[in-house]
Amino acid sequence: MPKKVLAKLIKKEEIIKGIFKFSVEAKEIVNSSKPGNFIEIRVSNQKDPFLRRPISIYNLDKENGILEFIFQVKGSGTNILSEKEIGDKIDIIGPLGNGTFKIDKYNKIAIIGGGIGIFPLYELAKQAKKQGKIIDGYLGFRNKDFVMLEKEFKEVTDNLIITTDDGSYQNKGFAIDYLKEKMEKEKYECIYACGPIPMLRVVQKYALENNINCQISLEEKMGCGLGVCLGCAVKTAKSPKDKPEYFHVCKGGPVFNAKDVEF
Amino acid sequence: MNTKINFAGIEMKNPVTVASGTFGYGREYSDFFDLGLLGAVITKGTSLKPKSGNKPPRVCETASGMLNSIGLQNPGVEYFANNDLPYLRKFDTKIIVNACGSSIDEYVELCKILNTLDIDGVELNLSCPNVKEGCMAFGNTYEGVKEVTSKVRKILDKPLIVKLTPNVTDIASIAKGVEDAGADAVSLINTLLGMKIDIYKKRPVLANNTGGLSGPAIKPVAVRMVYQVSKAVNIPIMGLGGIISGEDAIEFMLAGATAISIGAGNFIDPYTSIKTIDGIKEYMKKCNIENISDIIGKVEMN
Repeated sequence: MPKKVLAKLIKKEEIIKGIFKFSVEAKEIVNSSKPGNFIEIRVSNQKDPFLRRPISIYNLDKENGILEFIFQVKGSGTNILSEKEIGDKIDIIGPLGNGTFKIDKYNKIAIIGGGIGIFPLYELAKQAKKQGKIIDGYLGFRNKDFVMLEKEFKEVTDNLIITTDDGSYQNKGFAIDYLKEKMEKEKYECIYACGPIPMLRVVQKYALENNINCQISLEEKMGCGLGVCLGCAVKTAKSPKDKPEYFHVCKGGPVFNAKDVEF
Repeated sequence: MNTKINFAGIEMKNPVTVASGTFGYGREYSDFFDLGLLGAVITKGTSLKPKSGNKPPRVCETASGMLNSIGLQNPGVEYFANNDLPYLRKFDTKIIVNACGSSIDEYVELCKILNTLDIDGVELNLSCPNVKEGCMAFGNTYEGVKEVTSKVRKILDKPLIVKLTPNVTDIASIAKGVEDAGADAVSLINTLLGMKIDIYKKRPVLANNTGGLSGPAIKPVAVRMVYQVSKAVNIPIMGLGGIISGEDAIEFMLAGATAISIGAGNFIDPYTSIKTIDGIKEYMKKCNIENISDIIGKVEMN
């Protein structure tokens, strides 16, 4: 059940230019959160910016009741958020989303993330690793300036492959191409993906064509984050062409089985 | 201190309700507070058959507000009656169903069913700007409003409220159509038709191109229209449009609203409706008001 809390900011770090990692005290949220859940933040009490910002959970420190999230400054809301100082209280609702990453069934898995889509994969990898699963990571970035969290992801994966579109850091090209190459040998039982839509489409197509289990975390513009406004619609794969039917990212997702959604 | 009001024959413990489309059928918000604290819950717009709604993106933020083009996605009246109504009934609050249709026949058929359900009132939605047929198409002329409302009135014994669109030149004449058709109340305003353009894609942000504007940005328009309508008709008014606090609610009541609704305000804080009730009580205390109904329409014009 989601809760609204005023969470104290205890650590703040700009991990690369314009991308901030916040650690907040939010025991009530942390206790009931699962990998893939997200939170909604009201960045100020003013009327503008109006809506809450949906942000994925990066790390859950259950022992200390600390929640970590990472966000990119994109507009006025995230800019205000980035200016919060240590000790400030942040208005957070969470955990949100009923569709979370499911890992129980599998023993050998791969995570694939692109750019700022890598964040929700961290907690998933951390929990999978803790459960003794074999987990490989494939993270793609635009170029060397955008590469982040390499050390952190290395700690929670067995093998980590970093790619950059232009080859300015480590492997040149797209992460999915490296995953495909390894698939034959590694035979991952499930692929977990989050990132830009074009990347997710390629991952989804590959998984469906090759009959590989695949779970995808999606993003859509949200009004409420609670499943009330029905704003964040995503088409169901089963819908008839002339009569589309929809799930909602905040309620059915944000994580969906790749077979179930069309985006 | 007495916050009770009688709205169109519905006895409410306070004037604060939650607007259709911003509260679902109540379940999600009952995670946060007891729905029995509210004067009434107005349900998501409900139609005769299920509706799947518009293509995404359906929402976007604007200055002090938001645009939406949901397209009345809902599970249909039968599902509501079997699944949501029994749940909502567990709470000590009034239930008003927002009813939408794409033809007069559909409105009538739907309201015949609603008439048999254990609900406290019907809010006829003649004002959704996001669907091609029905709704606002009826709601923007005196004759259109009067025709649909009269036909529904004939078959509906429960309190009948008609929700009006602000996307008209003369809101007072439209409200007159509601009164002349024998409805018990009007609610206003629904959203204002708007558009936002992504300047890099050179396309509207919403897939439906246009959407309804709500939030604090529209409050002054809503207050003005509530005032105008209160001068034109004798039936009570449910006022809404950008209310997020007790002060906002009082403004609407002074302008002539008997009850008010929290709409988009529910999205920014699940407790907005509860805070609004508290804010109304604070105002009553500060201004020595014993009965909240005493302030309805008490604005003095300059």
